[in-house]
Amino acid sequence: MIAQSLQVGAHLPALQVVVPLLAAPVCALIQRPRVAWATALAVSVLALLMSSALLERTLVAGPISYALGGWAAPWGIEYRVDTVNAFVLLIVSLISTLVLPFARDSVEQEVRADRIGLFYTAWMLCLTGLLGIAITGDAFNVFVFLEISSLSSYVLISLGSERRALVAAFRYLVMGTVGATFILIGVGLLYTMTGTLNMMDLAERIGAVEDTRAVKVAFVFLTVGIAIKMALFPLHAWLPNAYTYAPSAVTAFLAGSATKVAVYVWLRFFFTVFGADYAIESMSMMLLMLPLALSGIVIASLVAVFQNDAKRLLAYSSVAQIGYMALGIGLFSTTGLTAAIVHLFNHAIIKTVLFMALGCILLRTGSVRIASLAGIGRRMPWTMAAFVFGAMSLVGVPLTVGFISKWYLLLAALEFGWWPVAALVVATSLLAAVYCGRVVEAAYFRDPQPGSIQAHAREAPLTMLVPVWILIAANIYLGIDTDLTVDVARRAAVILIGAVP
Amino acid sequence: MSLLSEIFAYFNYWVVVILIMLGMYVVMANPNLVKKVIGLNIFQTAVFIFYISMGEIEGGTAPILDDAFTRYANPLPHVLILTAIVVGVATTALALALAVRIYRAYESVEEDEIDAEDARAEVQE
Repeated sequence: MIAQSLQVGAHLPALQVVVPLLAAPVCALIQRPRVAWATALAVSVLALLMSSALLERTLVAGPISYALGGWAAPWGIEYRVDTVNAFVLLIVSLISTLVLPFARDSVEQEVRADRIGLFYTAWMLCLTGLLGIAITGDAFNVFVFLEISSLSSYVLISLGSERRALVAAFRYLVMGTVGATFILIGVGLLYTMTGTLNMMDLAERIGAVEDTRAVKVAFVFLTVGIAIKMALFPLHAWLPNAYTYAPSAVTAFLAGSATKVAVYVWLRFFFTVFGADYAIESMSMMLLMLPLALSGIVIASLVAVFQNDAKRLLAYSSVAQIGYMALGIGLFSTTGLTAAIVHLFNHAIIKTVLFMALGCILLRTGSVRIASLAGIGRRMPWTMAAFVFGAMSLVGVPLTVGFISKWYLLLAALEFGWWPVAALVVATSLLAAVYCGRVVEAAYFRDPQPGSIQAHAREAPLTMLVPVWILIAANIYLGIDTDLTVDVARRAAVILIGAVP
Repeated sequence: MSLLSEIFAYFNYWVVVILIMLGMYVVMANPNLVKKVIGLNIFQTAVFIFYISMGEIEGGTAPILDDAFTRYANPLPHVLILTAIVVGVATTALALALAVRIYRAYESVEEDEIDAEDARAEVQE
């Protein structure tokens, strides 16, 4: 018995990816909406348990190396789990597990009944891809999993109820494929120069050839390719429409996981493969990233203020939040990285809960245009209260997780004595208050049109409210007790940045 | 003369660069969604050629174990690119399926007409 459980434990890294992968065809065969949904939820819970076990083990015993199929690295594909990607695995599986209970009713309303089985198939494939990107230690494997998650997310987005979802999915497909192919070119160039695809091996061998043009070009292709996938300003054009027209559950899931995983890939290539020194000195990444991050934060926040659709407003806000993460990374210091990784987690739970609250409103009223939200706060008090808490967290009010992220970001900026940057972070937080305020104002201080659906809307069902409030509780609890997130993030930052203090 | 030999020394890579440029241009400049997919395919195929070329060794044979040969091409990039080709086929299939759905919903696969249609619907709301 003990021997058996040990064996399962030893194969956890592989199971983390294989279990959701096997669940995908099962969901496709089942076809019955409720059963497919239950399967997906069970698998997602299982994935969450596995990723928590992995994170705990990396915190106690250090990195885990797993040779897939028994082929030792660098010949075989190595799954390498350290604190950084164990944390990302936890974020992805946590978001999936919390959004799935919510998805049942939301998806039944927004997606045609005969497509729901396939909807959860695509969901499982997307989860597989995202977990795979995070766990693998092989550069080419990153590309394969990236395409698995991307292709399934194009499908998920195209299942939105409006026809514009199709165009949004198509445009995302074109940009996403260009991005992924750029990554492929980058990996290919690295392979020609070093003869290896294993990340640890790459890191060792890249030093000898790092001044060659091929490696520099590889760096550029990887940077741009991943920036497209993470929707870094100004490569974010696919994101607002994709988030606006996708089914609510998909938006909540992708907002919390897909862009976060892309940020992780960036971290992995910048810090583990190329090394921070190379990125700063040879490629002057600070000069490139800080202006991009700052202009992204300011412009996307300003655009968000003028949106008429609450979902699109939050989508632009996501672009701004990616900017905060890029800012943290772009400082190339331990505090900056800590801020970026903490915000990775915090923004996942903030934005997911906000999109879920909008999903509740969409379920009951069929519209999330700000004009049609008038008076909804009185009809759906629990949903809107959750939205208000989420919005406060997004703005960065103390005692919420949003505050913690902003705080570390400010600390990181001030370490360099960059007051204008710090001031900009604070000012854009106020912009977040303005755009969230528009939704809150409409919901509480305007009267609904008499006789409209909004005037007679009921509160969302408990299956949707419970996950929403679990996330709100997490937003507040982790805003007060920061041991879990900040400690893990700092350890992850130290691993990434290596010997640099 | 030396310029020509320079070009021919890296002939495959020049082809790759030209095809990447062509593909990207079609993706960006052509408003027809199906032609965008074709552009995407040209772009991806260029990367396939790039991978296959880098496995080549001068005077090498196909990578088959045989005592008569000691120099053979590196099979790994070829295997990698098989995976990428499969991914490319899947992407093309999905993109074309989306284009069919878009045509049914809008009766057009021209980007400008779709945008005009969306703008009209926006005004009506």
